[in-house]
Amino acid sequence: MLISNRAKWSLRAAALLYLLALLILPVVVIFFKTFEHGFGVAWGWMTTPAAISALSLSLLMAAIAVPLNTIFGVTCALVIVRRRGRLAAVLDSLIDLPFLVSPIIVGLALTLVYGIHGWFGTFFTDHGIRIIFAVPGMLLATIFVSLPFVVREVAPVLVEVGDEQEQAAATLGASDWQTFWRITLPSIRWGVIYGVILSTARALGEIGAVLVVSSLVAGQTLTLPLLVYQRASQLGPGAITSAYAAATELAVISVVVLLAMTTLSSRRQQSR
Amino acid sequence: MARRRGGLALGLSTLYLSVIVLIPLAAVTIKAVSQSPSDFWQAVTNPLALRALGVTLGAALLSAAIGAVMGTLVAFVLIRDEFPGKRFINGLIDLPFALPTIVAGLALLALYGPDSPFGVHLAYTRAVVVVALLFVTLPFVVRSVQPVLLELDREVEEAAASLGASNAVIFRRVVLPALRPAIISGAALAFARAVGEIGSLWLITAKVPIASIVIYADIESDAPLAAASLALVLIVLSLIVLVLIRRLGGRVAH
Repeated sequence: MLISNRAKWSLRAAALLYLLALLILPVVVIFFKTFEHGFGVAWGWMTTPAAISALSLSLLMAAIAVPLNTIFGVTCALVIVRRRGRLAAVLDSLIDLPFLVSPIIVGLALTLVYGIHGWFGTFFTDHGIRIIFAVPGMLLATIFVSLPFVVREVAPVLVEVGDEQEQAAATLGASDWQTFWRITLPSIRWGVIYGVILSTARALGEIGAVLVVSSLVAGQTLTLPLLVYQRASQLGPGAITSAYAAATELAVISVVVLLAMTTLSSRRQQSR
Repeated sequence: MARRRGGLALGLSTLYLSVIVLIPLAAVTIKAVSQSPSDFWQAVTNPLALRALGVTLGAALLSAAIGAVMGTLVAFVLIRDEFPGKRFINGLIDLPFALPTIVAGLALLALYGPDSPFGVHLAYTRAVVVVALLFVTLPFVVRSVQPVLLELDREVEEAAASLGASNAVIFRRVVLPALRPAIISGAALAFARAVGEIGSLWLITAKVPIASIVIYADIESDAPLAAASLALVLIVLSLIVLVLIRRLGGRVAH
């Protein structure tokens, strides 16, 4: 298509204005509102005991959920791509469920199974373990919503690299573990890292599923997104500033995630 | 040996997925169908549930349609145009996947709420729901159209132009048909995501009934049967979309 200058400029302007209004403005307003009353005030809200505890709980969630999902993701991708078979095909089609189910339904589902009146409720109550309205339930919710990322990033890479090298290694007498560590893992590493970044972002930012199974007690079961939710729903000027401060922390984390994603995808293209 | 390890890996993967995802979702289904059919019907067809389903599906559909048009436009400009800062803008497209949705919701409240700096008071209306959904689903269409546009053979377009076709005709007859599958699968993913979206909507939808928020209210008021019934309807809808996407050959990502 040969596009006239006028058409080119108007297309460019339309696209950029759309992105400016939809993407850039919201982030700018969050930063602006946070530092409206000065840096010191914002920093004060970021370092209250509730805010620090929320940040560390969020990081703890990600620190447990992401490694578990990474191990599962790589294993599951290997099963789907290399082993095939009927059960593997079923697994393949069910993996995407967490992307499609509303987070609120995730919370409801976990309550129905692990809650006091749930399927396994009596078992856990008898052993004095509290799952729902406590950290373990929030962890299950976080794992649920961030589960498919690693599988979905690794599986296509496994298809692309093929299994000739793995077979060669096996022929030369390498054990399964040796083949995995020396051949398979290095060739899928970019996919794994990309999946880890995406699941970390999702684990840190999840609100819906975690909200249902959290008791919303500051210092105990409030993650950073829940803190934003709770403070923004409260009245009073201090509450909303505190919400903006927590939102800024999350926004900074997501900008770092975004930078990592952009750098990685260009490196990945180069390595191909 | 390899075979046995493979069996173990398959077993562990299935177990993990079952404990975290499948058993809980089965519990929702079983809960919903444990009541009599008429109770189930009552739970999903009462005025509030119907209105919530209508608003949710309508907003998701509208945002998917607008997103399909604007996403294609953005992808087109990012691939075919050259301007300073293009790489930065391109990287920015993934922001909605990286930014927690509650932060987006708070930003929309600040922009369009009672203290709107532009005097635009969209908060608590259906319009702001569509804006929020456009934000969270922006990357789907852009990221699915971009690679196709990049691979598109431009000689066909040049041939069409040399035969006297106008730009509008070339776009409609040559470019759009090639992009259509990518646009549709991107928009279908956006739709599926929009139906289940909640984080960005919490703070800005006080009285607008959104299906997920109605389910949450049911859970809070200790009405698990009503919650499970509405949830089952949403799950079935999502599964239909999933099957359609598979048919279209699209890939579910993010």
